[in-house]
Amino acid sequence: MTLKDIALRNLRRRKAKAAFVLAGLLIAVSTAVALLGLIEAMNRDIQKKLEEYGANILILPKTENLSLTYGGLSLGGVSFEMQEIRQADLGRVKTIKNAANVAAMGPTVLGAVEVSDRKVLLAGVDFQAVKILKPWWKVGGTVPGDSDVLLGAEAARILNLNAGDHLKINGSNLQVSGILAPTGSQDDQLVFTPLSTAQSLLNKQGRVSMVEVAALCTACPIEAMVSQISKALPGTKVMAIQQVVQGRMETLSHFKKFSYGISMVLVLVGSLVVLVTMMGSVRERTGEIGIFRAMGFRRSHVIKIVLLEAGILSALAGIMGYLVGFGTTKAALPFFAGSNGMEVLFDPILAAGAFAVAMTMGLASSVYPALLAARIDPTDALRAL
Amino acid sequence: MSYIRAEKLTKQYGTGDAAVTAVGGMSFNIQMGEFVVVMGESGSGKSTLLTMMGALNSPTAGNYRVDGLEVYELGQDQRADFRREFLGFIFQSFHLIPYLTLLENVMLPLATVKMSSKKKRALAEDALLRVGLNGKSHRLPGQTSGGEQERVAIARAIVNEPPILFADEPSGNLDTKTTRVVMDLLQSLNEEGMTIVMVTHSPECAGYARRMLRISDGLLVEDVPLNGSRGGIQAIVC
Repeated sequence: MTLKDIALRNLRRRKAKAAFVLAGLLIAVSTAVALLGLIEAMNRDIQKKLEEYGANILILPKTENLSLTYGGLSLGGVSFEMQEIRQADLGRVKTIKNAANVAAMGPTVLGAVEVSDRKVLLAGVDFQAVKILKPWWKVGGTVPGDSDVLLGAEAARILNLNAGDHLKINGSNLQVSGILAPTGSQDDQLVFTPLSTAQSLLNKQGRVSMVEVAALCTACPIEAMVSQISKALPGTKVMAIQQVVQGRMETLSHFKKFSYGISMVLVLVGSLVVLVTMMGSVRERTGEIGIFRAMGFRRSHVIKIVLLEAGILSALAGIMGYLVGFGTTKAALPFFAGSNGMEVLFDPILAAGAFAVAMTMGLASSVYPALLAARIDPTDALRAL
Repeated sequence: MSYIRAEKLTKQYGTGDAAVTAVGGMSFNIQMGEFVVVMGESGSGKSTLLTMMGALNSPTAGNYRVDGLEVYELGQDQRADFRREFLGFIFQSFHLIPYLTLLENVMLPLATVKMSSKKKRALAEDALLRVGLNGKSHRLPGQTSGGEQERVAIARAIVNEPPILFADEPSGNLDTKTTRVVMDLLQSLNEEGMTIVMVTHSPECAGYARRMLRISDGLLVEDVPLNGSRGGIQAIVC
């Protein structure tokens, strides 16, 4: 028989009160865990999306041109009658410190051509790199060979061309190998050919207009990579595409603040529930505490019993709260995020945090009831029995 | 030298005109191994005196010494340690903890003592054996009779082998037959050397003691020796 045994037996005896304290702590902890887990999952999703988004670094020639909008992103200046990047120089990107973080590099040559009396933008790309850079591309037909073109959805509609049709660009006869499904970006209006074909058609051999780079950015320092590429390619302007996620990041930041606020309120309410229930429990046990004191229990022993009870319940609430919160996040994620790719991972820091918050809540709220119990006059307590 | 020494022990409740004197300057000595009964009408101050002797209720004035120790000069923690080491309590309503088994109730005074669980269990089982309840140790108090509960209360009071036992109306809730069993038990403990101070209204119980302190209106009005053979009590029935 130890003080811990007394605390455990009392909890077992006063199941309803113990359950009430546990529920108060559990709701607060699990809600906080669920909200923070949700934020974490959404954060991870944004990071993942950023990777999936493909190009997150743009290499452009240094020019004085005006900016364009590309794919809904605000990009730097891209001009078609301007100085270009020498394709041979691009090998230097592989020598940068964070070269291992470069998942793909897609050089693109751009130039205006005439097709059926209409001016269109011809883009020569590396279709292998495009698979990584633009994973959302859906090609109806086949990826073009050296004498083929791929048409953007809008370009195909305006030029009235289908897969298998032929067209002439700068005197060369090319076949439409496929049509790109609508992307909602400027790609819909372009005519794509392999890089070497476009360079030949545009008479820009060995030169590219821009380079799109996909960097694995969850762990890599994107700003550092930008600086490293800038140094490797001095005549270029290197930019990180951040606008895409900035809006979502801001929204997430607001949601984060809101979640912290809600969690704080719940922690306060939970603490009050613990305080009130423990006070009630102490008052109910006045006689019992009198007996303990008569038998030689010090005030500190009485405090220890009350705090042990609170500690046991808090530890339970910490563990259960994390598990319930984790489950809630999993269940709620599709409703909040509407994304199938999002996943909830076990987060040891969040788990440890949940445990620490539950323990702090439970113990801090029980200090006053414990002191109250210790101050009970044993004579009065025994007289009340 | 007296084992227990009370000097002008006083307890007053309230102040000014509303002050009530429960114990009004009582002085007495008790020797080690004595069996003393405290008698008096209801409200005479018996229980207040017992709580003061039990280091549970600070006197308004006076001194109280046990084994040379000035009890009320001790701090709260030291007084708790004194209770644990020197005193055993038997309450009128047994005051067992309802959610602990009989064995666990008996082990309660050992809960704060640094000792192996095995040793605590052995001591508690031994105490239960002494009161004749070794076969029912895993029952809850609610599953036992009043007499059995009283015996558990005695076992709990003696488990840490204190030199002094305070009993407040130990027969108050018991029938005659059970009272006799309990009193025989107290007498045997006294014969083994335990100092017993018992508050009672019952002349039959008082007959087991060897000395009687009679209290009236908070004052000690009589301090007489008894023969401790149960029979001589008729002379002092209230």
